[in-house]
Parts: sequence; structure tokens; C-alpha cells
Amino acid sequence: MSEKEKSTKKMVTKKVVLHFPKRRVDEPILFRLIKDYDLEFNILKASITPEAEGLMVVELKGEQASYDLGVQYLLNCGVKIQALSQDVTRNEDRCTSCGACVTVCPAGAFSSEPGTMVVRFNSKKCVACGLCIKACPPRAMELHF
Amino acid sequence: MTKTISEINQKIKQGKAVVVTAAEIIEIAKQEGIKKAAEMVDVVTTGTFGPMCSSGAYFNIGHTKPRMKLGGGRSYLNDVPAYAAFAAVDLFIGANALPDDDPRNHNHPGDFNYGGGHVIEELVAGHDVRLIASAYGTDCYPRKKLETWINIKDLNEAVLFNMRNAYQNYNVAVNTSDKTIYTYMGVLKPRLGSAGYSSAGQLSPLMKDPCYKTIGVGTRIFLGGGVGYVAWPGTQFNPGVPRSENGTPRGGAATLCVIGDLKQMSPRYLVGTSMQGYGVSLAVGIGVPIPILNEDILRYTAITDAEIFAPVIDYSSSYPNREPDILGEVSYAELRSGKIKVQGKSIPTAALSSYPRALEIANTLKDWIGKGEFLLSEPVAALPGPESGVTFKPLNERPAGEY
Repeated sequence: MSEKEKSTKKMVTKKVVLHFPKRRVDEPILFRLIKDYDLEFNILKASITPEAEGLMVVELKGEQASYDLGVQYLLNCGVKIQALSQDVTRNEDRCTSCGACVTVCPAGAFSSEPGTMVVRFNSKKCVACGLCIKACPPRAMELHF
Repeated sequence: MTKTISEINQKIKQGKAVVVTAAEIIEIAKQEGIKKAAEMVDVVTTGTFGPMCSSGAYFNIGHTKPRMKLGGGRSYLNDVPAYAAFAAVDLFIGANALPDDDPRNHNHPGDFNYGGGHVIEELVAGHDVRLIASAYGTDCYPRKKLETWINIKDLNEAVLFNMRNAYQNYNVAVNTSDKTIYTYMGVLKPRLGSAGYSSAGQLSPLMKDPCYKTIGVGTRIFLGGGVGYVAWPGTQFNPGVPRSENGTPRGGAATLCVIGDLKQMSPRYLVGTSMQGYGVSLAVGIGVPIPILNEDILRYTAITDAEIFAPVIDYSSSYPNREPDILGEVSYAELRSGKIKVQGKSIPTAALSSYPRALEIANTLKDWIGKGEFLLSEPVAALPGPESGVTFKPLNERPAGEY
């Protein structure tokens, strides 16, 4: 799809980390996000317990306008939105394909290609936890906000 | 069948030498047999690329006006302390040096974002590096302070000098404790959750000449993207360890001390690295050509990952306490498959040394020799062999509290 088509359709898919404040854990925030803002979401990782801050990594999909309104709604609810996972990128000039990241990643986003041992990074599997950033000896992994 | 290094060099000059990598020779030996392969092939090129902590570089920066004697004073390159204990303007920087104000492990695990290895990488990349120095001043060297940018192209000499590189085999590190540990073998997950290893295995120089029949003092090598030399046996040289029938040691054994002109090297093969919770280092690329002088040497070069074994060591207790226990042995073929089995448990593996870049080095060296740009050198002295009696001793502490 060309850049032009993308902009006319204005569909966006973004991975975000949501921090739910204690007092909001028992409210149906995500339900409203689907119903009122028409956003699809895919839960990649969740840790929600009553009486504690909740954390959720979700992929949100919808029209740009709905997405913006949905994000505004979340912010109004006191949900903090953080570090988009597709913004964990690999600086290919610095990566030496050593493989130190392979066992560090909890989501299995890195793999060594059998035979060549070239290390692949699958950003679709990335949950933006950030563990690879400092575990990478040449510091090839970068977190962009 | 025997050949000499000078015969092989003649062929290289004529563009007739048959040069293959340490990976390619495995297939050739399998298909043609050892005897025929030894006749066909003249040189096997090896390669390795990984963090090698005992690395460093020295420089002569040129004399200031008025003159200043850095030796005995303090010098910093991009805030990283350099060793100023020589004459007026010679400095040495070690790969593991850290800025005085680096928080280190005060907030464990420390980040170790910048240090000596990074300074070396920046110099090689042609970046300006800031030198800040102080000295005590003498009648002949009166100056006491200096703050200047320096660049590798302006230095009189810039020499990479690594006292221990290219380890012949190494430990496989695991963690049996209940918490994650941060080691020079990478981040190790608790309860045997991951294993770290660091060798190019079947591509690694000393694995393909396991008894040092061709590699010696004076051997010309690929070093950091340029040409270098084996200067001496590396520190911790330990040739007497147990070996497999094929001659490869079953744990860390020989090492190389190497030297070369930093000005002709490349930041692709000298990369500053940060080991979380441990410190900084320098990933070094080394490739050694092995002349096929006879069938025995060819047989060594054809050794495969499946035939090289490394000890699995617990870095949460045995290693730090210098205890000899090992949890088992695994082959590099198993390590490279992504999983090893230790005490009945399947453990995912992660490498610290880059196999693809090791292969790239072996291919580059093959290319240089193929073009006649790189000739083999005759070693001027042998490395101590497995029967030499040379050993790697631990420190025998003698409490120095009372004189």
C-alpha cells in the first residue's frame, strides 16, 4: 500500500503500554474503548490485579480520528500511555548478530537463523518491555517515544 | 604430501593458491577425503569476533609547545582514564577503562554505556576524541595542563595491542540461583533459564590449529579489519588442559597476544561493547590463515562444531568462587542449535561472539589472500604446546597485612 492510500484510509495500528491507576482497575475502560471509540484491540501482555497498578500492552487498531479520541479518553481516565512497541528498533549498523538478546527477550522477538546464525528481530512480537536495550552489548536496540 | 609456507606464498603471488574458509574445508574434506583435500587446498582461513576484554591501544600524540610530560600525571580520553606511565606523550588505553564518575554497579545492574572500548572504536572511526591531561611539571617539561581534540590521523603512532585474545574454547555459562545474574557471558536467567557461550567454534583460529602446529609468534593475521601479527602467547595461556582425540581442548586453553597498526583498522571489527552489570569491553575481529603443510594440519582444519566440546559452568556459584565443578559438557553444534540439555533440562542458548561476523572475517581474509594482497608469514617462535608444561596458575594469596 502506498503512503498516499494509507493517509486517505487513515487506519492506524499501534502498540502501546497502558498503566492503569489503582482506582481504575475495576472499571470497564477497555469495554468503552471498543464500544464508544470503535477501536479493535489485541492484548499482548496484561497484569491487572485489584488494589495494585495494572499494566497492559495492547495493539490498538482503528481510524486515526477514533484512535486520537480513544487515547484522549484513556488519558482522561488517568491511564498513562507509554513506549510504543513498534518504536523499539534495531540499529542495523551496530548489530553484530552476536545473539546475546535471544534468551533475554520474554516475547521471543529475536531468533538466530539456523545455519547462518544471523539474528533476526521480529518487531511484531515485541512487547516493548525494554529488556533488550541494555542487554545488547553494542547497544543496537533503541527505544523511541 | 608436504608443502612449505614459501611454496604456498609463491602460489599466492601467482594467483594460483587455493584458499577456502574454515567452514568450506569441512565440506571439501567430507567429499574429497583428507588426503585429496590436503593436496588441493593451500590455505584455510579462520575467523572470530567477540568481546575480548584484555585489549587496548597505545598512542604517541606528539609534543606540545611548551613541552609537557604526561607520564606520571593523569590523562583522560573522552573522560575515560588512559594509562599515563610512560615518557612524555605516550598513552595506553585499556578496553575496560571507565570514566571516574561512571556509577558502575552502585545501582545494580549498572549500564556501562561508555568506556575504553568505545574510545578505541571512535578513534578507529576517525572521530575526534577529547584529551584532558594534567602533569606535575619539570624544568624540561614545564607544562601542567592540556585540553585538546585529537584525531587518529594526526597521531604519530596508534597501535592496537591486546594481551589476551582469540581464546581457544571457553566456558558455557549458566545460572542455578533464583535470581537473574549479570555476567561477562551476558544476562543469565535464574534456575538454568538460559546459557551464554562465546566461541566461533569450527571457525575459530585456535580450534583449527589446536596444537599450534602453524600459528606462532610472528604469524601475520587479520586484526580489527587490518593486518596484524601474533606478538606472543596470550596471557592465561594454558595448553595442558584435557583434550579430545581430535586435539581440541575441552575448555579454555591457548590465547593470543596480538598487535597491529590501528590506523588501518575498521570500526566494523573493533566495536565498543557494554556488558550490563559487568563493565565495558571491545569486540575484536581476528582471522588467522592456516597453511596446509600436510595432511595432519588439514585434518585439524576440518574439525566440526559437533566435535568441539565446552564445559557448562554455574556462574552463580562455581565460577565466582573458583570451584572446579562443571555441570556437563556440550558441543558447539548443540549450542548453535539454540538449546542444550543440562541435568535433564533443556536450556535456550545465547552467543556473545558473532558467528556471521566471524564468517565474514574468514571470507575477507580468503579474499585478500586470493588477490595476492596478503602473504603468509613464517612464525619466528612456536607457541608452547600441549606437552610444554606451561600452566595457568591461580593466585596463591599470602596475606600482606603484616610485614
